[in-house]
Amino acid sequence: MHLSPDQIVYWHYGFLKLNGTIAFTWALMLVLTAGSALVTRRLSMDLNRARWQNLLEIVVTGIEKQIEDVGLSHPQKYIGFLGTLFLFIALASLCTIIPGFEPPTGSLSTTAALALCVLVAVPMFGIEEQGLGSYLKSYLEPTVIMLPFNIISELSRTLALAVRLFGNMMSGTMILAILLTITPFIFPIAMSALGLLTGMVQAYIFSILAGVYIASATRARRPKPAQAATPS
Amino acid sequence: MDSMTLIAIASIVTAGLTIALGSIGPALGEGRAVATALSSLAQQPDAATTITRTLFVGLAMIESIAIYCFVVSMILIFANPFWNHAIAQTVGK
Repeated sequence: MHLSPDQIVYWHYGFLKLNGTIAFTWALMLVLTAGSALVTRRLSMDLNRARWQNLLEIVVTGIEKQIEDVGLSHPQKYIGFLGTLFLFIALASLCTIIPGFEPPTGSLSTTAALALCVLVAVPMFGIEEQGLGSYLKSYLEPTVIMLPFNIISELSRTLALAVRLFGNMMSGTMILAILLTITPFIFPIAMSALGLLTGMVQAYIFSILAGVYIASATRARRPKPAQAATPS
Repeated sequence: MDSMTLIAIASIVTAGLTIALGSIGPALGEGRAVATALSSLAQQPDAATTITRTLFVGLAMIESIAIYCFVVSMILIFANPFWNHAIAQTVGK
């Protein structure tokens, strides 16, 4: 029994290793990019559309609407980052129904990389939106005493993002493996259906939380009316 | 008892205690969250989509506390760092 796809090693030479995590991540990236490239090659503006274009439009407009609901008023600017996070994690957990596939998000290195992307992206969007000075000043809100706590919260929420996704995906595969040894026939199917649901919910939560963090960094200290609508 | 047995006993007992004690709080919290969401759904059925979405996000955040405990107990059982350290010491002797 192994904890993560890191332990499946296909090929290694010196310190170069090709483990399951890297292989499945690249496979997912290939599916996502090749699929979108194939679909967007022939876009049409009239009423007759290919069904794949319809599917892609539903996905993109759905993500845009969710980002807007979080409180970011120009979703087109953030959909590149948040939408990619959502699609990657969602596809990773959706593909677990393929036999032999292990979700790359079940490895702590993948989820830590995704969480580090969020850690870097939040100040970037914040500085771009309100300037370096006033972004740094938002760390001193409400008083100077809160400075270390603001920094700690920034780091601890990154850790929480990484461990939450890792724990959920890892526990899904782990529970399946344990159940297969105890009750081998029907019950694991129900658990894998539950695993699909939690995978989707985790993908949604990861991207929505990243959106909430970006929203709180970009909008931080505007004049009153924007502040009144702050969602908790 | 040598140190390996002691480490094994301590980590197995601690893993069980971690998951047992750590799931009490999130279970109570999730129960309260669902109960409150149901009563507010009964009061305002129009806001069903918003309530359900917020409920799911909140439930997953509460559940992640139990997941942290699960991760810690899995590390204690399957990837115990003290265990590897003790093995390295006995081999080195």
